[in-house]
Parts: sequence; C-alpha cells; structure tokens
Amino acid sequence: MVFLNYLINGISLGSIYAIIALGYTMVYGIAKMLNFAHGDVIMVGSYICFFAVSTYQLPTVVGILLAMAVCTVLGVVIEGLAYKPLRQAGSLAVLITAIGVSYFLQNAAQRLWSSNPKIFPPIVPREWSISLFNGQLSISVLTIITIAVCIVIMLALTFFTGKTKMGKAMRACSEDKAAAQLMGINVNRTISMTFAIGSALAAIAGVLLCSAYQTLVPTTGSMPGIKAFTAAVFGGIGSIPGALLGGLLLGVIEILAGGYISTQLQNAIVFAVLIVVLLVKPAGLLGKAVREKV
Amino acid sequence: MKKLRQMKRSTRSRVFTYALVIVAFVVIQLLRTFKDGGVGSVLEGQLIPICAYIVMALALNLVVGISGELSLGHAGFMSIGAFAGSAFAIALQGSVTLSPLRLALAMVFGAIVAAVLGFLISVPVLRLNGDYLAIVTLAFGEIIKSIVTNIYLAVDGRGLHFSFLNDTIELADGGVELIKGPMGVMNTQRISSFVAGFVLVLIALTVIFNLVNSRTGRAIMAARDNRIAAESVGISVTKYKMIAFVVSAALAGAAGTLYGLSQTTFVATKFDFNTSILILVFVVLGGLGNMWGSVIAAAALTILPEALRQFSELRMLVYAIVLILVMIATNNPTIRGFFGRIGDKFRRRAPEEKGGAVQ
Repeated sequence: MVFLNYLINGISLGSIYAIIALGYTMVYGIAKMLNFAHGDVIMVGSYICFFAVSTYQLPTVVGILLAMAVCTVLGVVIEGLAYKPLRQAGSLAVLITAIGVSYFLQNAAQRLWSSNPKIFPPIVPREWSISLFNGQLSISVLTIITIAVCIVIMLALTFFTGKTKMGKAMRACSEDKAAAQLMGINVNRTISMTFAIGSALAAIAGVLLCSAYQTLVPTTGSMPGIKAFTAAVFGGIGSIPGALLGGLLLGVIEILAGGYISTQLQNAIVFAVLIVVLLVKPAGLLGKAVREKV
Repeated sequence: MKKLRQMKRSTRSRVFTYALVIVAFVVIQLLRTFKDGGVGSVLEGQLIPICAYIVMALALNLVVGISGELSLGHAGFMSIGAFAGSAFAIALQGSVTLSPLRLALAMVFGAIVAAVLGFLISVPVLRLNGDYLAIVTLAFGEIIKSIVTNIYLAVDGRGLHFSFLNDTIELADGGVELIKGPMGVMNTQRISSFVAGFVLVLIALTVIFNLVNSRTGRAIMAARDNRIAAESVGISVTKYKMIAFVVSAALAGAAGTLYGLSQTTFVATKFDFNTSILILVFVVLGGLGNMWGSVIAAAALTILPEALRQFSELRMLVYAIVLILVMIATNNPTIRGFFGRIGDKFRRRAPEEKGGAVQ
C-alpha cells in the first residue's frame, strides 16, 4: 500500500513535470534552443493566479484562464524581443540570452511581489480525498485532477500536432525550416505560436505545482524547470510522447527515491538515473538517433 | 611596435593577455599601497573572488571554447576544489605554519582531487555530444552538490573520520571538524591572498596557452571543428577531449581552493547550477576561445553587481537587461555588420578571419 501511495504521488508529480517538459520539448523541437526562462514563466503564471484568486476573490477557473492568458502574451513577447533577433546566431548566444530573461523575470517578480513566500490557495481543498481498500489507501482529489489534466493536455496536443493546419506547420518547421518556408509556411509565426502554447501550458503547470506545494516565491519555477528540462531530455528532446514518458518516470523515481532511500539524496538519485539512461540510449528514451553523415 | 605587428595573431593575443593581467595587478597593488583607502572597500573584498572567477572562466573556456563541449556543471569542480582544499589546509594547520606554503599545498591538493573527479566524470560524459553532453554535466554538478552537502569529515589524534548523511563522528579531544555537512566548512584562518590569486591566474594562463599552442592543443581544436575529419587522420577524439576536460577540472579545483580559503565559511549549495551558469556567461560574453575576453568579462561581471549597489534592489534587474542587450548587440547580424563597418574604417585593413569557435 505504501508503495502504491508513492507511485500515485510520483505519477502526479510526474504529470506536472510532463506538462512543463512539453514546453521545453516543443520549443526545442522547432527553434532548437533551450529556453531556460520557461521555469520562470511557470512562476509568473502562479503569481497571476494567486493574485486573481486571493486578492481579487475571482473564481479559480477565471484565475487559471487569466494566468494562461498572461503567460501566453509573456511567452510571445519574450520570443519577439529577446530570441527573434538571435535567430541566425549560435545556440550558445541564445542560451545565454534565455538565462538573462530568466534572471530578469525572477528579479522583476522579486521587485514587484517581494520575496516573502505566499501561501497558494489550492484549486480544490487539500483535504478532499478518496479512500480505497478500507481506508488503507487515500488519494487526494488534487492528485487525480493533476493526472487528468495531464492526460487531457497530451490528447489535445497529439490531436493538434497531428490534425490541424498549425500543428502540421509546426512539425514541418521542426523537420526543415527552409523547406517549410518554401511551402508557404510562415516560420516566424509558427515559432511564436509554439512559444504561446508552451507558455500557456506552463501557467497550468504552475497552478498545479503550487497547489501541491503551497508556497510561492520568485524562485519557485527554477528547480522544477531544471527537472522538467531533464525529463524532456530523458524522454528524448523534441518528442512529445517522450516528454510525457520522461516526466512521469522522473516524478516516480523522485518520489520512490525519497521514500525508500533518502530524501537528502533524492535529487542526486534522479540525476544519476538520467546519466545511466543517456549512456544506454544517447538520444533519450524515445528520441530519434541521428546517424552522422560525412 | 613593428615587431608587435609582425607577430602571429595568436602570439599577439597571448602577449596582450599577460600584459593585461600584469598591468592590472601592478595598478591595483600600487593603489592599495600608496592611496588612502586603497581601491575602495567594495573592490578590496572582491579581489580574491575575482581572481578565482577569472581562473574558473579560463578553465571553462578551455572546455567550451577550445574543446567545443558545453559544460553546465563546472561549479561542481570548484566545489570539490574548495572543500578538498579547505579541509586539507585546516588539517595541515598544525604541521605547516607558513601560510603561503599551506595555501599552495592546498591548491595543489584541490586541483588533484578535482582532476581525478574530472577524469572519472569525463569517461561517461564524453561518450555523448551536443545538448546531451551539456545536460549530463548539469546532472553531475547537481549530484556533486547533493553529495558534498551530506559529507562529514573530521580529524583527531586517531586519524581521519568520515561519515555520510548523518553526523556520527565522535571526536577525541583536540579533534577538528573539517567538513560539517550542510553547515559546510568553517575556516579559522583565511590564508588566500590577492598575490596568490594573481599567481594562480598567471599559472592558468600559462597552462592554457601552452596547451593550446601545442600538438595536443591543435588536436583538440581539430576534434572540435570536425570530429569525423579529425578521427579519419588518426586523432583519438575522446582522448584529446578528455585531456582538455581534466586540465580544466584541475584549474577549476585550484580556483575553488583559492575561493574557499578566502571565505570564513561556505556551504556546498553556493556552488550550484546558477554559479555554473554565471561562469558560462563570463566565457560567452568574453568570446569563445578568447582568453583575454574571459579575463575581462569575469572581472567586469563580478564587480558589476557590486558597482550597481546604488540602484540597490534594481541592480539584478539592470544586470539581466545588460546581459540580454549585450548578447543581442554582439550576435545580431545587422548590428554586428554596423559595428564591423565602423571598425573597418579605423583599421583600413580587412578584418582577419576570427578563430573558429563552436556555435
């Protein structure tokens, strides 16, 4: 029973990582850049939802929608101001710019909203739970919602990339930008769209994350950001099912390692597993191995 | 002047780098000796960290700029160097009384420990490439941080005591705790000095320039520019990348010792992902493979947050904006072309082709 409990918590945490990892993986797939500011977009989304719900007493759903709207705009603005001028530059330059954006968001949040931790109101009361097996196993409603949201997002995204015109344009751009442009696809708009979707997902992930962990500070997003990035690599960066698989595995491993081995070494174990996986499958679990050509 | 112009480009850059470091050192030392208030209390306190970060930037530049592999975990080597070196220095406190000698021994020890670790890490890391290699170095940095946070080390009459996760050491009388888990290291004596930092920077420059301008260095750069071509002419790519990685780890370890012994207390979480990124920022801003660029960027960006103190809370915001603007200004083709044309007017000579660096 204890194991099952850990497993469910792991899947719940993993679902959050998976949603964040989707943002990383989509942006990487299309723009070939590591968007280090993604974790901080999560934080901004959480703050927006926090203020909407706590300060302005708006319903939770409105708070989440508002957070998604603000994050979408933020994602597109960041892309347009900071990354677009560097489209032709090397990936390291873009990486450093992304780090600059990350610093900027964190410090702006600290300036605007102070670094005092905020107590985040959960989307459903934390006490709500379902008891199974005569009360031996209790699953909180929040956990179920988190997992359900993750599944819905995955299905929607699979449909979007597979069936819609914009989704197909995205896949075309990630295959070959020049060829996509020749086929009449507006590459710049497609990239902006990718950032918009990734950032909207980040807002949802932020709300779920803060509902589970209660506290909200300007650096809330950085560690989950790094972990989700790891999850994206774990599953094979650029692959959407890979992000889901990587996120879930990472969450489960993290909770199990914390439960059975040591909470102090939790992160070390997660990263050690990542290293072992990459040594066996150098392109991640579901990543495509690219053969070198001379 | 004519002689200077006839030099090879790489030689000129080397002479310039040495001159830059030595002149900066002499000026700062003169100010500290003859001017009231020296170089100001802010800069005074930053002198040794600046030296440590310069060496870190040079070490990382060897990996990122010369060897062409992105490392996101270099703070891990700094951490190992800081902890190993400081523990060694505290343990030697009784036997070696001359503090510069003790510092030198500690740095050598820190460098060796970091180099051994660098070797062990490079075996799995260098099997990967590109972003996957970067994420593995990030993972190693985080693992080193987690492990060092949980190490307890002490020494007494009966020898060395070690415990992991929980402090189970029972010390005899006169025993000294060297590393105290999450509490880090407490230095009773801060034996690092600016002169030692300056010497370490010179050593790092000498090591790197000699490595780069040797047969080995050319092999490393060949492996960077075209792995397959290098392999086909008989260069063992893994071996040469490993040499660069281990040398870099050793220098980072020595820099860590220098930094650690300049602080009264420090903890393992100081050397986290953000520190690794900070050093990468120095390297990229200074220019990949450009050593004097690394020196200037490391020094300037270490002072900048202190110099912006008058903006108090806004300073990190300004820092972030400066970082973004500099990256855009130096990498956007339009802006670069504009500055390039201005530069050409002054130089009259067409700009030489820049030393190839990875993108």
